Amino acid sequence: MAILEVENLSVSFLRYTGMFKQQTIRVIEDLHLSINKGEMMAVVGASGSGKSLLAHAILGILPENAQMSGMIRYCGETLDPVKQAALRGREIAFVPQSVNSLDPLMRVGAQVRMTAKGKDPIAKQREVFQRYRLPENVERMYPFQLSGGMARKVLLATATVSDAQVIVADEPTSGMHVDDVKEALQQLKELTNQGCAVLLITHDVEAALETAHRVAVFFAGTIVEIAPSADFSGDGERLRHPYSRALWSALPQNKFMPISGAQPHPNEVREGCLFAEHCPLTTIDCKNKRPEMRELREGMVRCHHAT
Amino acid sequence: MQLHWIRFLVMKILRLASLLIAVSVISFWLVSLSPVDPIQAYIGADMLRVGTEQRQAIASYWGLDLPPMERFIRWAAALLHGDLGTSMIYRQPVAEVIHERFSNSFWLMASSWILSGIIGFVSGVIAAMKKDTWVDKMITWYCYTLVSTPTFWIGLMLLIIFAVWLGWLPVGLGVPAGVLAEQVTIEDRLRHMVLPMLTLSIVGIAPIALHTRQKLIDVLTSEYVRFAIARGEQGLGLVLRHGLRNIALPAISLQFASFSELFGGAVLAEQVFSYPGLGQATVEAGLRGDVPLLLGLVLFSTLFVFIGNGLADFLYQIVDPRLRGGGRA
Amino acid sequence: MMERKIKRFTKWKFPIYLNRRQRALLSVFFAVCLLVAVGIGGTLLESRALSTSLTERNVPPSFEHPFGTDWLGRDMFARTISGLVLSIQVGLIGAASSVLIALSLGLAAATWGRTADRIISWLIDLFLSLPHLVTMILIAFVSGGGMKGVVLGVALTHWTSLARVIRAEVLQLKSAEFVQVSRRLGKSRWWVASRHIFPHLIPQLLVGLLLLFPHAILHEASITFLGLGLSPHQPAIGIILSESMRYLSTGMWWLTVLPGLALLTVVRAFDRIGDHLHLMLDPHRSQE
Repeated sequence: MAILEVENLSVSFLRYTGMFKQQTIRVIEDLHLSINKGEMMAVVGASGSGKSLLAHAILGILPENAQMSGMIRYCGETLDPVKQAALRGREIAFVPQSVNSLDPLMRVGAQVRMTAKGKDPIAKQREVFQRYRLPENVERMYPFQLSGGMARKVLLATATVSDAQVIVADEPTSGMHVDDVKEALQQLKELTNQGCAVLLITHDVEAALETAHRVAVFFAGTIVEIAPSADFSGDGERLRHPYSRALWSALPQNKFMPISGAQPHPNEVREGCLFAEHCPLTTIDCKNKRPEMRELREGMVRCHHAT
Repeated sequence: MQLHWIRFLVMKILRLASLLIAVSVISFWLVSLSPVDPIQAYIGADMLRVGTEQRQAIASYWGLDLPPMERFIRWAAALLHGDLGTSMIYRQPVAEVIHERFSNSFWLMASSWILSGIIGFVSGVIAAMKKDTWVDKMITWYCYTLVSTPTFWIGLMLLIIFAVWLGWLPVGLGVPAGVLAEQVTIEDRLRHMVLPMLTLSIVGIAPIALHTRQKLIDVLTSEYVRFAIARGEQGLGLVLRHGLRNIALPAISLQFASFSELFGGAVLAEQVFSYPGLGQATVEAGLRGDVPLLLGLVLFSTLFVFIGNGLADFLYQIVDPRLRGGGRA
Repeated sequence: MMERKIKRFTKWKFPIYLNRRQRALLSVFFAVCLLVAVGIGGTLLESRALSTSLTERNVPPSFEHPFGTDWLGRDMFARTISGLVLSIQVGLIGAASSVLIALSLGLAAATWGRTADRIISWLIDLFLSLPHLVTMILIAFVSGGGMKGVVLGVALTHWTSLARVIRAEVLQLKSAEFVQVSRRLGKSRWWVASRHIFPHLIPQLLVGLLLLFPHAILHEASITFLGLGLSPHQPAIGIILSESMRYLSTGMWWLTVLPGLALLTVVRAFDRIGDHLHLMLDPHRSQE
């Protein structure tokens, strides 16, 4: 039962090119996604490909110069900006990437308490801090006093105290030590055991595969495949999209083979499939028609030739 | 903790001392280069009628016939005893002149400082919260225009409107003309202070509002406010909780650093309204070559600005936990 | 269905949509036109500014004399324009000198070693510890008044913030990787300076000059108003306004209001150009 569904999501920006002209740049294009209750889905893809914007779009916190279109449904209900505002922080929570997301002049305990709903925010905050093994004096500290790992836990705590049903985590483990990464992802997994849905946005493919139930592969502004994480094994035969296979092969423990070329620039407008240039299976069809997202085995894929 | 504040105070005093020394040396040296003949300035138009002997007597009375180095040492020594010399224009000790005039200017500057601070801050916050609406556009248009306007012209306009056309307020001076000192009431003093104070306030609002607005906009587009919005905070509560705390520091520092502009504005406003304050005294001293008074005023204004900046530093230390020396965990 | 479009501002007069930068260019264009008009007007009206006419004294604004006439029958409009041109010239010289001082001291602070940097920083603090007007009065007194005093005063009070900016820029550039790589590759100091450093400095200098300039004009007008600046023979705006004070109670408001408005408009025009240029060059805010 899908708790969050995203359909046809497109996000674009208006930028100045040259001195005086403005141009629309599409960063996310026609994206489809759905998550079920109690499931952890990882969205993996190259750095800087626009994955964070997906998180911002779901929460409705895109910057002023962004344009958005598409449909987002929560528990079957279509969202508009008003409903998004009502759900933020209560049913849908966000775990940001860096400690700069905390108010530098407010103690972290107070900040965490602000998201805690219910009668006793202080107790809830203390309980969550204990769960993450943060010492007692941390709640009185200011953000600049936190070490990297502590900051990470505090940011996670802001989402946990809110009893949200959906947690969107934006690169929560970037730059962290391998052991800490495992620990952080385990904590997120625990939340799914309590019925939460977690959308984990990351570029750390290996770590994601260990904890997530399903993986969505992000390329050039859209999701090209959604697969159970078990499919990422062996030679990647069970994967559906050529990019996913290439991504799997590129990992150090596998063939460590890079893909030629680079991601298409958001400025370039293309008719057909955006992966056509690098794909070994390209045909004329691929260059002319953009493939639609379709179901295949237990996953989804955006490719004309997938089997 | 106490140690921290004691160190702070001691460093400030040392800085002040070195600053005052530097300023006095440099200004004295500058003044000694002046082509203006102080004796001539003192006597004025009667120069021709004053004989050489008289001039010599005047020169030795004021110590003007000694070489510059000696003059400086005499002056500096007197300074350390608290004697700033005697004003040539007012025939009073410089310290007295400054004291008297400062008490007039003080109320003028203080009231417009507070008024423009409050109005400027509130306008800046409103403009930032309602960014790009007509309220914001109006406020920014007003501020930008005001920043390009000479202070003394605003004073003249107020004079024309309120004193000449409407006759509501007096045209100038600090107290009603021709009235004995004992009979001057507080009301009289206030009435004479209104127009110069309004002049200073009107001009003072603009930079504060613009600065506050920009800083609040920076805060509202920052990462932590975005995260606060993501957590469901909104509206006035959001601005008050995160915005105010984070613009308090720049606002304070701007407010206290504006002591310098305040003094400059007071010079112009007092000139327009012939208000007997420190500003007007500075102009007179400059025009008529009253060296002791001018030097005394230069030192005083240095002290004034320094106190402003010092207070800003002090408040900064109190408000910002990062400066209080909290270490990383 | 969720749709979120950004707000697009259309000028209510024109049906074409202009983005923010294009609107900025338009306002800069109008400002430049205004200033050119003032400049041309100044040269054309010079003789009219000085000619007196005893029959036409104290005339309020009319078709013949858009700004009225003064107690000597001089046309106030012509006087104002000449006064503006004079103030602009003095302001420009003062501002340019200030920029030169800022450039030299900023560069010196960044490139002559720690001691030079400390001395110059101390100097900056010194100049900042006095109100501008007080320093200018002191310098005007010391140089005996007149244009010399005003220009010197303006030059010596406005260099501080620009010097700091230049110092910061050069320091940052010096330690930037691409500069160090160039040096390693054997390029001479001059080459590095001209290819890497100056191109970064020139926009800052330009913006600095454009932002400083209106302030210089205002300060010049203020000092002249106080009586410490240009002599009464040269009809600068400050003189015009201070002389007008004597006639206020006789109701000759046009002697004060109109020249002041003219000064305001000119300074505003310059400020506007400077502000827009500054906004365009500031990488954080150039995408608004």
